[in-house]
Amino acid sequence: MSEATANTDKARASDLGPVERFIKATELDTRMLGMIGALLLIWIAFHIFSGGLFLTPRNLWNLSVQSASVAVMATGMVLVIVTRNIDLSVGSILGFVGMIMAVIQAEILPGMLGFGNPMIWVIALAAGILVGAAIGALHGFIIAYMGVPAFIVTLGGLLVWRGAAWWVTSGRTVAPMDANFRLFGGGPNGAIGATWSWIIGLIACVAIIAIIAMGRRQRQRFDFPQRPIWAEAFLATVGCAVVLGAVWVANSYPWPVGIVRRYAEANSIAIPDGGLFIAHGIAIPVLVAIVVGIVMTFIATRTTFGRYVFALGGNPEAAELAGIKTRWVTMKIFILMGVLCAIAAAISTARLNAATNAQGTLDELLTIAAAVIGGTSLAGGVGTIAGAMIGAVVMQSLQSGMVLMGLDTPLQNIVVGIVLVIAVWLDSLYRRGKA
Amino acid sequence: MNVHAGMTPLVEMENMSISFGGIHAVDNASVDLFPGEVVGLLGHNGAGKSTLIKILSGAYKRDNGEIRIDGKTATIHNPRDAKGYGIETIYQTLALADNVDTAANLYLGRELKTPWGTLDDVAMEAKSREVMGRLNPRFQRFKDPVKQLSGGQRQSVAIARAILFNARILIMDEPTAALGPQETAQVGELIKQLKAEGIGIFLISHDIHDVFDLADRVAVMKNGQMVGTARTEDVTKDEVLGMIILGKCPPGATPGPGAL
Ligand SMILES: Nc1ncnc2c1ncn2[C@@H]1O[C@H](COP(=O)(O)OP(=O)(O)O)[C@@H](O)[C@H]1O
Ligand SMILES: [Mg+2]
Repeated sequence: MSEATANTDKARASDLGPVERFIKATELDTRMLGMIGALLLIWIAFHIFSGGLFLTPRNLWNLSVQSASVAVMATGMVLVIVTRNIDLSVGSILGFVGMIMAVIQAEILPGMLGFGNPMIWVIALAAGILVGAAIGALHGFIIAYMGVPAFIVTLGGLLVWRGAAWWVTSGRTVAPMDANFRLFGGGPNGAIGATWSWIIGLIACVAIIAIIAMGRRQRQRFDFPQRPIWAEAFLATVGCAVVLGAVWVANSYPWPVGIVRRYAEANSIAIPDGGLFIAHGIAIPVLVAIVVGIVMTFIATRTTFGRYVFALGGNPEAAELAGIKTRWVTMKIFILMGVLCAIAAAISTARLNAATNAQGTLDELLTIAAAVIGGTSLAGGVGTIAGAMIGAVVMQSLQSGMVLMGLDTPLQNIVVGIVLVIAVWLDSLYRRGKA
Repeated sequence: MNVHAGMTPLVEMENMSISFGGIHAVDNASVDLFPGEVVGLLGHNGAGKSTLIKILSGAYKRDNGEIRIDGKTATIHNPRDAKGYGIETIYQTLALADNVDTAANLYLGRELKTPWGTLDDVAMEAKSREVMGRLNPRFQRFKDPVKQLSGGQRQSVAIARAILFNARILIMDEPTAALGPQETAQVGELIKQLKAEGIGIFLISHDIHDVFDLADRVAVMKNGQMVGTARTEDVTKDEVLGMIILGKCPPGATPGPGAL
C-alpha cells in the first residue's frame, strides 16, 4: 500500500517540470517568491530610472529604517485582518502614544530623575506600551464583547486618538527626545556598528541552520516525509546568503564625514588621508522590527493563540463550536495591536527626535496596504507575518523611489493607490488560479 | 420489555424548546440515550433534529427544558461545557476550520503542547495519521488546509475529531452525507465498535435507510415536535416512515407530543 503511494508520488514527481519539482521539494511559498520577485523588480526599475541612486548602501539602509515602524504595525495588522477585522486607528494610536512617551521623557521625568538619567527611556517606553495595550484592550472589548464592528470602532478611534494627541499638549510639538531613547530611531548612533552586525549576522545563520536541522530531526523521529537533503541545503544557503548580504550592505554605509570628524576629535583619533571609514551597521529600529517579526511569527505559528486566530479567521462558527473563546482571542489581538503601535511610536518619535501632532497620519493605510500586499486575505484566514513585513518594504520602496526620482507628493499618492489596487487584483487572480 | 429498565440513562433531554424569531424550531421535545445504545433521530429536513442536538452540544441556548447526564442536572452553556461532559459532536455542516490542516482541526481547542508550551505539531500529526488511518486508510493529504479536501475526506476529518478524545456521548448529524458506499460501510463498522465500548450515540438522518439497521431505537421528529420513539425491533421501516411523513404513531411506539 505505502509502496504503491510512493510509486505514484514518484511518477507524479517525474511528470512535473524542473521548476515545479524544485518548488515542491523546497516547499517554498510561491506567493512569497512572487512578492520578493516584485520587490526586486521595483528596486531595479527605480535604480535605472533614478540614474543609479536606488541600489546604494545609503539608500537601502535608509529604506530599512523608514520601513521599520510600519513593518512593526503590519505584523499585528495581519492578525487583525486574518480574523476578518480591520484597524483604522493605528496611525492615531501611534500619534497619541508617541506624544505621551515624548511628554514623559522630555517634560516629566527629567525634573524628577535628572536630565539624561538612563532610566528615562525605559520608563517612557514602558508607559507607552501600557497605554497602547490599554487602548487596544478598549477597542478589543467593544468589538468582541459589545459587538460593534471593528471598522466602526477603529474609525472612531482614528478620530478620538488623533484628537487626544492634540489635547496632551494643546497641539504643541514636543522635542528633543532623551538621548538614549533616540537610539530607537537609527542614525549613526542608533546603529550597532560593523562588528556587532557581523556577529548578529553569524548568529542568525547558525539559527537558520539549527532550525532546518531540528525540523528534519523531528520529522525523522515520526517517520514523516522529508524534504530532499539538497533542498534543505539550498534553503540554508540562500537564508544565510540573504542575512550576510544584508549585513554587508549595512556595513558598507559609512558615517557622514562631519560626524566622523567629531567622533575622531572626541576620541582623539587621527583621521588618515583617505578619510576614516566607520560603518553604520544594522540600525537599531531595524533590529527592533526584526525581533518583533520573529516574536510575532512565533506567536502566529507556534502558540495556541496563533492557531486560534487562523481558525477563527477561516470559520468563526467552527472555532466557537470547537470550544475556542473567540471573543477573548479577538480582544487579545487588539491588545497586541496596541502594543505594536506603541513600539512603532517609539521608533517614529525617536527618528523624528520629536512628537508632533500629525505623527502617524495615514499610517493606518500604509499598514493595511503592507499587510494586504503581503498576502493577507481580506476574506480572512490567510496571511503571514513575513509577507506583511516585506509588504511594508514594498510600500516604502515605492515612496522612497519616487522621492529619488523627484515625483511630487500628489503623484506619489496616485501611484501608491494604483499599485495597491493592482497588487490585490493580482493576488485574487493567483488565489483563484490555485483554488 | 425495556432492556434498560432500572438503568440510569446516560443522557436525558426533557421538554426541550427553542425558537428563532417566533419559529418553534424545537417544541417541547424529550429524548434519552443509554450507554452503548444507538438512537436514530429521524425526521424530514427542517424537523428540528440538528437544532435539538445543538442544544446538547452547547451550540444553542435552549429556551426551556432540562438536560441530565448520568441522572444529574447538567449545565451546558457553550461547546466547552458539553465537551467537559464527554459529549462530542459531528455537525451536519462539519464545522471545520477550513484554512488549517487536518491535525490542527482534530486538535482544535485541545492542542498537544511541547514541554515549553508551544504547539507540538509533529505529535499531533502523528496521532492524526493514526486516527485517520482507521477511517480512511488512503488519506495522505495531511499538509493541506481542509478546504482543499474532498467532501468525503472532510467528513472523515470531522468524524476523526469526534472519536479522538474518548467521547462518552457521540452526536453524529448526518455523518455519511458526503461519503461513498465504502466509507459509509466503514462508518457503520465504527459505530458498532464504539457502541461495544459503551458509548452512547445519537445518529441523525433524514433517511431511514441510513440508520434503521444500526439503531437500537428511533426517535422521530416533525415540525419541531417529537412524534414518538420506538425500539427498532418493535416497528417496521414502513411504520417509521409513517411516523416521519404523517406523524402517525404505530402500536409498537411510545407516542410523544407531536403524534397525531
Ligand atoms: N440559527 C437559526 N436561526 C433561525 N432559524 C433556524 C436556525 N437553526 C434552525 N432554524 C430553523 O429551525 C428549523 C429546524 O431546523 P433544523 O434543526 O436544521 O432541522 P433538521 O436538522 O431536522 O433538518 C428550520 O425551520 C430552520 O429553518
Ligand atoms: Mg439537520
